[in-house]
Amino acid sequence: MNRYLFNRPRTFRGGIHPPDFKEQTEGNSIQMYMDPQMDLVFPMSQHIGAPCKPTVKKGDQVLRGQVIGEPQGYMSVPVHSSVSGIVKDVKPMLTSTGNKVMSVIIQNDHQYNEVEGMHKAYDYKHMTNEEILKVIQNSGIVGMGGAGFPAHVKLNPGPEKKIDAVIVNGAECEPFLASDFRLLIEEPKKVVDGLKIVLQLFPEARGYIAIEDNKPTALSLMRLLTTGEDRIEVVALRTKYPQGGEKQLINAILGREVPSGGLPADVGCIVHNADTIVAIYRAILEGRPLMRRIVTIAGGAVAHSHTFKVRIGTSVRELVEAAGGITGELSKIIAGGPMMGFAQVGLDIPVTKGTSGILLFTPEQDFSGQESPCIRCGRCVAACPIHLMPMMLNRFALNREWEQFEKFHGMDCIECGSCAFVCPAKRHLTQTFKAGKKIISDERRAKRAAAQAAAAAAAAKDQAAPAAGK
Amino acid sequence: MADEQEKTLYHLSVSPHIRSKQTTTSIMLEVMLALLPAAVFSVIHFGPRVLLVYAACMGSAVLSEWIWQKLTHQDITIKDCSALVTGMLLAMNLPPDIPVWMAIVGSAFAIIIVKQVFGGIGENFMNPALTARCFMLVSWSSAMTSFAVHGVSSATPLTIIKTGEGQLPSLLDAFIGNISGCIGETSALLLLLGGLYLIIRGIIDWIVPLTYILTVLVLGYVFGRDGLYEILTGGLMIGAFFMATDYTTSPMTHKGRFIMGIGCGLITSIIRCFGGYPEGVSFSILLMNIMVPFIDKVTLPRIYGEVKTSK
Ligand code: SF4
Ligand code: SF4
Repeated sequence: MNRYLFNRPRTFRGGIHPPDFKEQTEGNSIQMYMDPQMDLVFPMSQHIGAPCKPTVKKGDQVLRGQVIGEPQGYMSVPVHSSVSGIVKDVKPMLTSTGNKVMSVIIQNDHQYNEVEGMHKAYDYKHMTNEEILKVIQNSGIVGMGGAGFPAHVKLNPGPEKKIDAVIVNGAECEPFLASDFRLLIEEPKKVVDGLKIVLQLFPEARGYIAIEDNKPTALSLMRLLTTGEDRIEVVALRTKYPQGGEKQLINAILGREVPSGGLPADVGCIVHNADTIVAIYRAILEGRPLMRRIVTIAGGAVAHSHTFKVRIGTSVRELVEAAGGITGELSKIIAGGPMMGFAQVGLDIPVTKGTSGILLFTPEQDFSGQESPCIRCGRCVAACPIHLMPMMLNRFALNREWEQFEKFHGMDCIECGSCAFVCPAKRHLTQTFKAGKKIISDERRAKRAAAQAAAAAAAAKDQAAPAAGK
Repeated sequence: MADEQEKTLYHLSVSPHIRSKQTTTSIMLEVMLALLPAAVFSVIHFGPRVLLVYAACMGSAVLSEWIWQKLTHQDITIKDCSALVTGMLLAMNLPPDIPVWMAIVGSAFAIIIVKQVFGGIGENFMNPALTARCFMLVSWSSAMTSFAVHGVSSATPLTIIKTGEGQLPSLLDAFIGNISGCIGETSALLLLLGGLYLIIRGIIDWIVPLTYILTVLVLGYVFGRDGLYEILTGGLMIGAFFMATDYTTSPMTHKGRFIMGIGCGLITSIIRCFGGYPEGVSFSILLMNIMVPFIDKVTLPRIYGEVKTSK
């Protein structure tokens, strides 16, 4: 245990220190906002992978916890209604992705009648891994940090991967956001118990609860709760952005590097966001599917910053009203954090499984500066947690030299925004990388499809030839 | 509600949605602020005439940038203040008695030939102020090598060491700047303060200045001279903190910056001890400037999770 004693907070190389703006958010405890008035919208695609198929139609009566979207295949999880009420419509609705997604719209009857079979705790200690994973999938759990990767897929890396570390990501490095922090100090027991469930899936693994060192209350609370747990270690991390990135976490805690193009499981790690772990806890020990999440509402244009616990499907507009409404001049709406979140066209979007925060920026906060020529200052190089050369990639992307872009590892960019944040010339670095990566992966996909089509055509010919010969 | 939605256009842009407040202009202003103590000292030390040199260099730099960009129909970038910095640095690297017209021509040369012809800020591969200084040294060598304090001509300490003629000033005088030399280079103390300010503010990092100065210090003793005296005289302090750290013409990577600092130190010491010139700071930095693209290439950082492609 001497690792504890003379361990400075661990970290990774690179990264930045943006102002964290958490004074206004971290101090407020989680407020329940559990009786939404406006209609709830449940997009059928809240995860990576095939969208769900709606199982209800206009006019149907639904109950809380009822499956309203059926998963399509293994990479997919169901969507549950978080209220009881009547299906008003099933149609494409705008979501925080900026696209219209097929959604079930439910009018809340405020009864919250539950579907049968809820509130059943599972005796997970006597369940097989397959059974546990099935419950997790059926509970609709996805990574709640934003990407929306189905949790049961992440938790099932395959027998050839030896998992020796399960990391709970409590490093909420995005400025403004405080939902994970509040969760860690308000429901710490659930985090620990949820982790224990995951640890049962990986008997070889140690559990790590990773928290940045600017959250001492969360750290000491977690340490207190895990004393005597010899499979769980609480790790203090240096406060730095993007400390909560999967690759940076793994590097900081274990000194390992996820190979380029690989997954954490390739180096024996499973990383889950703290809120996801609590969702797993609730699924297994309370028998409840994923129906709620914690959302931070902040920014200069909203009356008060709040961290709400809300029913998934709740309208963002309603939440903003609950936080006191828009008081300042609203210039930009962001779903997620300021470093990696998505700008929104309006407030009429629902809270989904991946909505960690909604930021409402005034024109002053929405400062992006005037782009000017690169002065080769090297700040972007020092900031990049992947150790890329952002100013070179920027040039390649602007000149559409995609081969060079790939050669200099542009595809490894995690789009963290650090380089663009520090750039004094205000160059749109991350922005061009996102576009470049998309173009290249689209191209790759098209190539693969073409190759497959060609192979299929050749195979068909082969089959046809002997037949004709006969 | 829907109407309101359609009327309001919120700002849509790709993340990140926050940017640091630091801009090219703010950096340039801070560099000038860091140079200010040494510049003020130079006015006191050499007399008010040097103000004319500052004005000539800075004015000419900004004006030539403006004229060039007007003539070539480019965006005018004088607001980024980089031309002002170039002018100020050039002035500080000229002898106090330099004719004003030479200062004007030199400064225009720095901006047009060295900076703008190569594509403007960020694109030039040699430090504009230093290149202009060398151009002036070649063109008007006697005006560029005669130094005077309060109108009385006096040799610089490095010249005294080289020729062996004259009385060397004390170490303390050299530290404070009470010696002969170029306008802005004499006060090691104030340049050090300015340099430390830039390091603390995160404008430059410590690698180039520290390795440069240490190399000259150590090699001074190795070559049988007074190392401490070496680092306090000549253009070393202004060169190490303000010229060798020039963003555009120094390496981007940390490893590369070590190479830059040590390389500059090495060449400076060799020129000073064995070369024909008493001073080697400008040449060494320029030589290393030329190497920078190569240094950047060989010091590319190993990326996170890089997979060795064995062929
Ligand atoms: S931070 Fe901006 S100005 Fe500096 S090197 Fe990178 S791209 Fe160029
Ligand atoms: S956005 Fe990409 S290039 Fe920029 S710092 Fe992050 S990983 Fe590096």
